[in-house]
Amino acid sequence: MANDIKILTEHINTPGIETFEVYRKTGGYNAVEKAIKKMSPEEIVEEVKKSGIRGRGGAGFPMGMKWSFLAKPEGVPRYLVCNADESEPGTFKDHYLMRNLPHLLIEGMIVSSFALGANTSFIYVRGELMYVIKILEKAIEEAKAAGFLGKNILGSGYDLELVVQPGGGAYICGEETALLESLEGKRGNPRNKPPFPAVKGLYQSPTVVNNVESIANTPWVINHGGEEYAKIGIGRSTGTKLISASGHIKNPGVYEIPLGLPVDEFMNSDQYLGGIRDGHYLKAVVAGGSSVPILPANLFYKTANGEDRLMSYESLSDGGFPTGTMLGSGGFIAMDETTCIVRNTWNFSRFYHHESCGQCSPCREGTGWMEKVLHRIEHGHGSMSDIDLLVDVAKKIEGNTICPLGDAAAWPVASAIRHFRDEFEWHIKHPNDATKPGAVFMGAEILA
Amino acid sequence: MENEVPLIKVTIDGQEIKVPVGTTIMEAARQIGPSVAPPAMCYYKPLQGSGGKCRACLVKVTAGSEKDPRPMPKLVASCITGAQDGMVVENFTSPEVVEARKGVVEFLLINHPLDCPVCDQAGECHLQDFAFENGVGEKRFVEEKRTFEPEDIGDKVQLHMNRCILCYRCVYTANQLTEKRVHGVMGRGDHAQISTYIKNSLESDFYGNVIDVCPVGALTDKTYRFKSRVWFSKPVDAHCDCEKCSGKVQVWYKGDEVIRVTARKNQWGEVEDFICNTCRFEKKKTSDWVIEGPSKIARNSVIAQNKYGLNQGNKPEFALNYAATNFKSIDDSRDNSQNLEEIKKSEDYKALMQKNDKFFSKEKSLK
Repeated sequence: MANDIKILTEHINTPGIETFEVYRKTGGYNAVEKAIKKMSPEEIVEEVKKSGIRGRGGAGFPMGMKWSFLAKPEGVPRYLVCNADESEPGTFKDHYLMRNLPHLLIEGMIVSSFALGANTSFIYVRGELMYVIKILEKAIEEAKAAGFLGKNILGSGYDLELVVQPGGGAYICGEETALLESLEGKRGNPRNKPPFPAVKGLYQSPTVVNNVESIANTPWVINHGGEEYAKIGIGRSTGTKLISASGHIKNPGVYEIPLGLPVDEFMNSDQYLGGIRDGHYLKAVVAGGSSVPILPANLFYKTANGEDRLMSYESLSDGGFPTGTMLGSGGFIAMDETTCIVRNTWNFSRFYHHESCGQCSPCREGTGWMEKVLHRIEHGHGSMSDIDLLVDVAKKIEGNTICPLGDAAAWPVASAIRHFRDEFEWHIKHPNDATKPGAVFMGAEILA
Repeated sequence: MENEVPLIKVTIDGQEIKVPVGTTIMEAARQIGPSVAPPAMCYYKPLQGSGGKCRACLVKVTAGSEKDPRPMPKLVASCITGAQDGMVVENFTSPEVVEARKGVVEFLLINHPLDCPVCDQAGECHLQDFAFENGVGEKRFVEEKRTFEPEDIGDKVQLHMNRCILCYRCVYTANQLTEKRVHGVMGRGDHAQISTYIKNSLESDFYGNVIDVCPVGALTDKTYRFKSRVWFSKPVDAHCDCEKCSGKVQVWYKGDEVIRVTARKNQWGEVEDFICNTCRFEKKKTSDWVIEGPSKIARNSVIAQNKYGLNQGNKPEFALNYAATNFKSIDDSRDNSQNLEEIKKSEDYKALMQKNDKFFSKEKSLK
């Protein structure tokens, strides 16, 4: 069964996989040997390009393309930075991967750094995950002792230092340029682009920033070849994807799925989520982390054209912004009919208000404004004009900011109003009912 | 010349200009003139790295370049986006840009106290101008504004954090002008604030310049506080021999009294030469300065409202000519005592004809 292919999590249940010995016995670090001894950096980049793997951090930009953009001026160091600042609400796949398979990430880092010609690479880990940082550092020590890291790796003359850097706990530092600023020891404000990090990144040197999961895919690509990788998945969505599922489902957790898996199968089969908890039904889904547009159940299973939706970059974004969503970072949140969308939207909005860096004005002021208006509606003080106000404010933030945080704050609000406007109206028209604990809009009959 | 920079053609609001490679859209637009220059709240040419934050200067690029004439998908900040050969930019002519700018005004004013009547900056405030020119006259924000605890940052500079729009100009100024910066931005989101963190006063010979670069009334001069409204004072250009700085300043008079000293600013409100604190805070006597003459004041400045700084000797020629062409003798049927020939012989008529001799000769040649 194609569905059983596991690229990342094949050995995750092997006892002691977090230690070097066990990981090596399961075939770990073979990719490093193959890459450093038999392949040139250009060949590795070519393989990654062939694999068609797309960035797993959210934007889905082809990884091979990103690598080939890296400027290579003489005498200037190049850096690889692994973005492990996973802090999108609903996403916990990188955390899972690093905690259980630290050596997989390190192997991927070695291979990728070799391909890019970086001699110092960084793993920027979210500050809250202190114990993961310790796991990673221990794994690095083990890899160093075995000769896979440090000076003259496997006698090839290639040197690599891996540095694990804890972040300060800011969501914005997951944005690649803010991450670089933070890594340089500055305030984590996103930079203006251009210049892109591939030209001027860390310490003004060419830099590639990749997500943990993207990098963890590279050993498999080296071992089996890019073409083999491209066979998994569907269309331009190749390979497998880690989905961190949470919400009102029977089996929450992290799943590795081949891209192109039908949504219905993912949602309802016992192999995966096992459906919504008993006695309830699906109301809405946030398919890729809190910042992607929310979808009501009917649009989630079928696209606006009536086709079955698949778990892939293209299929989830089918219908564009009005009736589609995004695969994003794979933070899958399912909500049943007991979820109040207004309260949920307010909660997301509160997060973005808290996490806006405050550099550019639409995001700094707009996120706070939306949060205040949503708070008002949720607590029964809203008026009908507030709904249009929210739509307008979201429109004015979207696309006008330095980094995507503005978009991420605007999309959930705009999409929630687009798909669940009646619920907002009910909150405004019936403040007494709506503010009762646990009150949820159950459809038109309650209005009567 | 050997190192001549190649010129590229940029079209902004239908006006073409040739600028050297590497010029930003903002600078190209400023070279055309104020009619197409986008507003700027955070961009400040003398400060390296400034810009891109306020989003006031967003423009629409309808054609990326000659080679790749695709439009850019989003509005771009003109102050940090480099112009390309054959680029077509829409600024005030694009409804999308106008709408986005209305949004930016609204966002900036959400938490900015509308205390202009008691704010020292009123009259020379960039935010006031920006909001007046690009904003809407109503507000939709009804919640409480966010406020900060007042903070004392020294005996010369007053910090009103509530008014700050976080343009970062003062941070760049301190970074690039002084040896050690003691203030910066603390916190994040709409609670980010300019602060010295541990109660500390600004100390350096040039810290006073943060007052000049501040677009709003967040950083004001304590030696000038509440002394006068801007439009009651008269700025004159003056200079002195100063060891630390160029000594080229603007001295602001109220009556015979020097009420404050600032650096000279260009048409875009940017400081030409940064001045030292001695010039700014200490030299408050006319005898300290060599006066050069009244400063040039923009016609739309509030200071020009009481006719200060406008060159009165220079009559608007265009208006006179226009009046002359549209001049018609009054058709007054009640008084026929003077016929047309007599009027033409009169001294008044001759004087008028003489005055507009030049114009009438043109008019004849056209016929």
